[in-house]
Amino acid sequence: MRPKWILVLVVGLLLAGCTGGGGYGSAGGRITLRFQSLAWQEESVTANKELVKEWNATHPHVKVDYVQGSWDSVHDQLLTSFEGGEAPDIIHDASDDLADFAYGGYLADLRDLLPARLKSGIAQRSWETATFGDGIYGVPFLQEPRVIVANATWLKKAAVRIPTAEHPWSWPEFRDITRRLSGDGKYGVAWPLKEPVSATLNLSLSAGGELFHRGADGKVAVRFDAADQVVPRTIHDQADVDHSASPTTLGSGGSDTLPGFFGGKYAMVPLGFSYRQQIVQQAPKGFDWQVLPAPAGVDGLAQGVSPQTLSIAADSPHKKEAAAFIDFLLRPENMVRLALGDWMLPTGTEALKDPALHTAKDGWATGAALAPHLRPAPAQSVRGYPEWKDKVATPAFQEYYSGAIGLAELRKRLVRDGNLVLARYQR
Amino acid sequence: MRTSTGARAGQYVALLAYLVFLGFPFLWLISTAFKSPRELGTLHPTWIPRHPTFANFRQAFDEQPLPHAVLNSLLAALGAALIAVVIATPMAWVMARRRTLLARAATGWVVVSQAFPFVLVIIPLFLVLKNLRLIDSLAGLVLVYVVRSLPFALWMLAGYVRAVPAELEEAAAVDGAGKLRTLVSVTAPLLAPGIVATALFAFVTAWNEFFFALVLLKTPEKQTLPVVLTHFIGAEGVADLGPLAAAAFLATLPSLVVFALIQRRITGGMLTGAVKS
Repeated sequence: MRPKWILVLVVGLLLAGCTGGGGYGSAGGRITLRFQSLAWQEESVTANKELVKEWNATHPHVKVDYVQGSWDSVHDQLLTSFEGGEAPDIIHDASDDLADFAYGGYLADLRDLLPARLKSGIAQRSWETATFGDGIYGVPFLQEPRVIVANATWLKKAAVRIPTAEHPWSWPEFRDITRRLSGDGKYGVAWPLKEPVSATLNLSLSAGGELFHRGADGKVAVRFDAADQVVPRTIHDQADVDHSASPTTLGSGGSDTLPGFFGGKYAMVPLGFSYRQQIVQQAPKGFDWQVLPAPAGVDGLAQGVSPQTLSIAADSPHKKEAAAFIDFLLRPENMVRLALGDWMLPTGTEALKDPALHTAKDGWATGAALAPHLRPAPAQSVRGYPEWKDKVATPAFQEYYSGAIGLAELRKRLVRDGNLVLARYQR
Repeated sequence: MRTSTGARAGQYVALLAYLVFLGFPFLWLISTAFKSPRELGTLHPTWIPRHPTFANFRQAFDEQPLPHAVLNSLLAALGAALIAVVIATPMAWVMARRRTLLARAATGWVVVSQAFPFVLVIIPLFLVLKNLRLIDSLAGLVLVYVVRSLPFALWMLAGYVRAVPAELEEAAAVDGAGKLRTLVSVTAPLLAPGIVATALFAFVTAWNEFFFALVLLKTPEKQTLPVVLTHFIGAEGVADLGPLAAAAFLATLPSLVVFALIQRRITGGMLTGAVKS
C-alpha cells in the first residue's frame, strides 16, 4: 500500500506544481514588473524588499515583484532568459557584465527613458561604465573602492604615518612600511589575490597604468609600460623580495584572510569596501581596526571600479514603468539606504552627501573621500576581456606574484598572448 | 582464506580513514552552522562551538524561503526518480534482451549522449519548454531531470537485466505468461536492487542540480534548494558563511532520510534476488 500512496502523493503534488507561473505583463489594467535583485547581505535584501513594498503601496497600477538572483550565475541565467524572451523587466547586475548584453541588443537604451534628475544626479564617469557605443544600458548606483583595512593597534605601536585621503601613502612608502611591520612570522600585508587581474588593473590606475590602449581606429591593444608595472612590481617585491606580504594568501579570497588578520598574523589587508560588514561581525571584541585609502601614484588615488547597475530588458513591454521604478529606487534617500545595506558607496552626488556616509565609524568617511577618485575599470568596455583575463592574465599574474616567472615573461604573456586573444574579437 | 590480524587491522584503519575523509565536510558543516560570526572569524577554529547559537538558522529562515525550497527539491527529485525508473525499466529490458543492431546502437547513443555539455542545450530546451508552457513550473523541471537521467538510468538497468538469467523468463513464457506479465512478475522483482540503485542515482542527480533549476524557475516560491543556497553568496564568492552552513545542513537532512529508507530496500532487494535466483 505504501508505495502506491507515495506515488499518488508525488503525482498529485507535481500536478499542483504544474499550475501557476507566468502571468507577468498586464492584467485588468494592472501592470506587473519583475525586478531581479542580486542583493544578498541581510541588510541589503531588507532594504530592497522594503523599497519594493513602498513602491507597491504607492503605485496601485504598477506592481513590482521582487525576484532573488545570484551573483554566482547571473550571466548565464540572464543570457538564457534573454534568448527565451523571459527576462526580468528590471535587471540588477555589474557594469562589467553588461557589454555582451548591450551589444547583443538584449538591454534597452535608457537615454530617453530616464528622467533628467537621475541623469544629472550621477557623475559622468559613472555613466561611462554603462555606456556602450552611443547608448546607456544601465544606471550605475553602487560602487566599491578597494581600501586597506589595518590593525590600528599594530600601526600605532609601530609609529608609522597613518595615511589619509588627503595625504595617502605612495606605493614606495607603502612597500617600506609593510617591510617595517614584518618579522617573526608576521607580515605587514596579506594580499588576497584569488582574482589578481581586476585588483591589479584597478589599482594600477593610481600610477597611471591603463594596460588597455584604444587606438584611433577604435581597436584596443595591450601594453605593459612602466606605469602598468608599478602595482604588480610592488606586490611581487613584497611577496618575493621583502617577504613582507604573506605568500599563502596570494591564492585566497578576501574572507579567507580575515582570521589571520584578526589573529595578528597580518597588519593590513587590501579589501573591497563592503568587507567591513564581515569585519564588524567577525572581529574579536576589542580588536581595533581602521580603514585606510589605497596607496597613490602619479594619478593620485584614482582606481577603477565596476559599479552595480540597474537595466531594463529590451523585450520588456513596460519600459516606461520600469524606468519610473528605477527612478524611485534611486532617489537620493533610497540610494543611501541601498548603499548602507550593501556597505558600499552610492554613485549619486546627492546621496554621497548624506551624513551617514561621512561618519568615521567603520571607515565610512575614508571611503566617501575616495568617491571622487573612482574611474571606470580599465577593462570595462574591452571586448574579449573575460577570455584574456581567464586564459592569459590570471595565470600570468599568479605565477608572477608567486615568483615562478619574472617581469619579462609576465610582459610577454600579457602583451603578446593577450593581443592575440583581443584580435579575435576585433576583426 | 584466513586474514592475518595485521591485515585486518590495516583494513579497519583504512576504513576509518575513509570514513573520516567522507565525514569531515559534513561534521564541519554542522559545527559551522552553530557558530557565531566571531567564532567563524577565529584563526584557531574548534570542532565544538564555544558559544553555540541558533542565530544562523533564524537568519537563514528569515532571509530565504527554505521550507518551500526543500519541498520543491523533494518533489522534483522524487518525481524525476520515479518517472525515470518507470520508463527505464521496460526500455532497459528490451535493450538487454534484444541483441539486435538497433539495440547496440541505442546503447552507444546512450553513452554518447552523456558527453554533451548541458550549457549547449539549455537555450533550445528553454524555448521548447516555453512553447509547452512549462517554464517556471516544477513539472517542466521534472521533465528535464527525467530526460537528463534517463540515458544513464537505462545503461545501469540494462546491466542489471543482463544479470537476471534469461531461462527464468523462458520458463515463464512456457507457463503461458505474456511479455508484460513476465517483466512485471518475474524480472522486475529480481531487478529490485537495480531499480532502487537507479532511482537513487536519479534522485541524487536531481536533488543536487543547480543550473536548470536556476534558469527554468522564476518565482521565488518555486525555486529549489541549490538555487536558494546561492542567495547566501555574494559577488566574488564572498559568503554569509553561518546562514549558508545552517541552510546547507538543513538541506542535507531530507536526502539523508531518503537514503536511509532506500538503503534498506537495496539490501532487502538483494536478498530477495539471491533466494529467487
